Amino acid sequence: MNHVTRFRLGTRHAGTIPPMSALFDKRLVIVTGKGGVGKSTVALALSLAAAKAGKRTILCEVAAQEHLSKVFHRAEVGFHEVEMAENLWGISIDPDESMREYVLLQLKVKAMRDLLFRSKIFTYLAAATPGLKELVTIGKIWELTLDDRKVRKGHTYDLVVVDAPATGHGVGFLQTPRTFAGIARVGPMHQQAKTLDKFVTDPKKTGVAIVALPEEMPVNETANLERDLTEEVGVEVDRIFLNGLYPERFSPAEVARLEQVAGQNGDGNGPVRAACRSAIRESRRAASQREQLARLEEMTKAPITTLPYLFDPEIGVEQIEALAEEIA
Amino acid sequence: MASVTELLDGKKICICAGSGGVGKTTTSAAIAAGMAARGLKVAVLTIDPAKRLADSLGLPELGNTERQVDPTLFKEAGIDTRGGELWAMMLDAKETFDDVVRRHAPDEETRERILSNRIYQQLSNALAGSQEFMAMEKLFEIHAEGRYDLLVLDTPPSRNALDFLEAPKRLTQFIEGRALQVFMKPAGFGMKVFGRGASVMFGVLRRITGVDLLEDLSEFFQAFSGMAEGFRERARRVTELLGDDETTFLVVCGPQGEPIEEAVYFHRKLVEARLPFGGVIVNKVHYEEDLADDGVDLVAELERELGDADLAKRVAANFADFRTLSARDRENVGHLAAEMRTRAVIQVPYLDEDVHDLAGLMEINRYLFAAGSEERAQIAAAA
Repeated sequence: MNHVTRFRLGTRHAGTIPPMSALFDKRLVIVTGKGGVGKSTVALALSLAAAKAGKRTILCEVAAQEHLSKVFHRAEVGFHEVEMAENLWGISIDPDESMREYVLLQLKVKAMRDLLFRSKIFTYLAAATPGLKELVTIGKIWELTLDDRKVRKGHTYDLVVVDAPATGHGVGFLQTPRTFAGIARVGPMHQQAKTLDKFVTDPKKTGVAIVALPEEMPVNETANLERDLTEEVGVEVDRIFLNGLYPERFSPAEVARLEQVAGQNGDGNGPVRAACRSAIRESRRAASQREQLARLEEMTKAPITTLPYLFDPEIGVEQIEALAEEIA
Repeated sequence: MASVTELLDGKKICICAGSGGVGKTTTSAAIAAGMAARGLKVAVLTIDPAKRLADSLGLPELGNTERQVDPTLFKEAGIDTRGGELWAMMLDAKETFDDVVRRHAPDEETRERILSNRIYQQLSNALAGSQEFMAMEKLFEIHAEGRYDLLVLDTPPSRNALDFLEAPKRLTQFIEGRALQVFMKPAGFGMKVFGRGASVMFGVLRRITGVDLLEDLSEFFQAFSGMAEGFRERARRVTELLGDDETTFLVVCGPQGEPIEEAVYFHRKLVEARLPFGGVIVNKVHYEEDLADDGVDLVAELERELGDADLAKRVAANFADFRTLSARDRENVGHLAAEMRTRAVIQVPYLDEDVHDLAGLMEINRYLFAAGSEERAQIAAAA
C-alpha cells in the first residue's frame, strides 16, 4: 500500500512534519470529523498504534457506539475501563453515568447524594440545562487523563483518545466547556467548565485530529472545520487523516492499453472486459482522489497522513492492525 | 426495484432520513432536481451547516428562506423543466426557534424575556432534538403556505436517524415536564408544595451548579410557561403532518454493514411509529457483473489480450478486490430488502466522479429515476 505522509511546502511545517509520536505524547487526542468518514476506525487504529508504541492508552467512545467491542469481539464495553489489547483500554462514556459519577465526587455526604438521585427535579435539571450532559462527558474524559484519578481504583493512562461524536458542528464538542462556562457565570460548575476549557485548548496536553475522505465535500468540510477550530475555539489541528485512499495501481500508459482492450468488442470474453473496466474505474477514482488530496493540502495547514482504502468486506482486528501500522 | 417517480406519486412531502455520511444531502438535492426537471415546483430544505447543498446548486448564500436555483443551470445541463422550478433553503434552527417564540409569546415582554435568556440562547444548539424539531417546524410552515408541489427535507446530520423521529416528543417533554412546574413556581410556593425535602434539594443543587444557573433556568421556564400550550398543539400538528398520506419517508444509506443495520433499525422504528415508509436508497454501491466462475483462467486470458504478464496479474487482483466488495454489497442490499420486506430499494452505484453540480445530480438521477428493468441495465452499463 502506498502510504504517504506528505512533505508539505509553504506551511509552518516547511520541510519537517512532527512525528506521530508527538501526538502520542499528549495526554488527550480528540478525533473528530463528519459522519461516514471512518472516524471510529481511525480513532481505534490510532489508539492501537499508541498502545504499540508503549503508551498506556484508553479509547473513549461517546454516545454508545460500541465500535470497539465489535471489532474486538467483546461484550459491550459500557461505562467501565476494559482492557482490549496490550496497553489498550476502552470505555463507552454514557452521559447519565458521567453525571452520576460527577455528583458522587462533588457530594461527599451520602444522604445528600441519595436525596439528589431520588429526585425527579435533578433528572430534569440534567436534561433541561443546555450542554450539561456534554459537559459532564468531557469532564469524565478529563478525569481519565489525570495522574491522580478521582475515581477509586482508576488506572493511570499515558494517553486518552476520544472518538468524538459526529455532529453538524465539528467544533461543538470542543467548545462545550467554554459555552457552559458562559451559561453558569459563577459557582462550582463555572469553575469546572473553565478548567476543562483550559485543558482541551492547551496544545501541550490536548491534540486534535480530523478524519477526512478524498472526496470533494468532505475535503471542503475538513477545511471549514480546521478554520472553525482555529478561529472559534483557538486550537491548532495536529493531524489530518485522509482515509480510504485508493492505491495507484496502473500507470497512464497501462490505462490506455486497458481502454483499448475494454473497447474491443470481442464477444465471449466478458470477464476480460469486465476486469479491464474495473481497473480503469479504479485508476479514475485513484486519480480523482489525488486531486482531492492536492486540494486538501492547498486548503489546510495541518500535516496530512493518508490511510489506504481497505478492500475487505468488514473491518476487524486484522484491518485495524494494518491501519495502526500505517499510522505508527 | 422502483423509481423515485413511483415512490413520490401523489406525495407532497418527501423526508430523506439516514445516519451521517451516507449522501443524504446529495440524494435530497438530486430528488428535488429530478422532480423539478419533471415539471414540478419543488423546494428542498437542508440544515447542513457545511452548505453542501448550496455548493452543489451554485447557491453560495442560502438563508432561512427559499431561493430559486437559476433556471439557466437546467438549460445548460440540457434539461427542459417544462415549467418546473427548483427552490432551496438552508434551515437556520436558531432563527426558526426565534420565530416560533415570536409566534407563540402572549405578549412582547414575555417574548423579550425568552429571547434574551441565556439558557434559551443555548437551547437551539444544545438541546438534543431541537434542530430536528425546527426542521419539522419549518417544513410545516412552508407546507401550510402551499406554494410548492413537493417539499424535500434533508434531515439534520445527527448521529442516527431516530433523533429525528423523537424530536417533537423530546421538545414537548422538555417544555411541559413535571419539574418545569417546580422551576415555574416562585421559590417560596415551590418549597411549600414540595416540602422541606425540596428546600434541601435546591440547596444541594445550588452547591453543585451555582445559584445563577438555577435562577436562569427558573426564569426561562416561567417565561416559557405561557407558551407551553401553543407549543404542544404545534408539535401535535407537526407530528400529524409526518404521518399524513401525502408524506413519505425515504431511508438513505450506504452499502456497508453498519449503515445497512442502521437503515433496518430506522425502518422498524418508522413502522412502529406508523409513519409512511416509501423506500430505501442505497448510495455508492460497488457493482461488478456477477460473472459465473466457469473455470476461465482470467490471468492467462488477460495476459493473452494485454500482452503483459505483470499487468494481467494486477488487473486480475484488482478485479478480485472489487468483486469482493460487489459481493458484500449485493449481500447487504439483499439483507436490507428482506428485513424491510420491500421491493422499493433503489441502488446508486459508486460513481467515478464526485457529485458537485447539477450535471452530477442528473447523473445520480439516471439511477434514482430509472424504471424497473431499465435500472438494472443502467447499472450494468455503468459497470
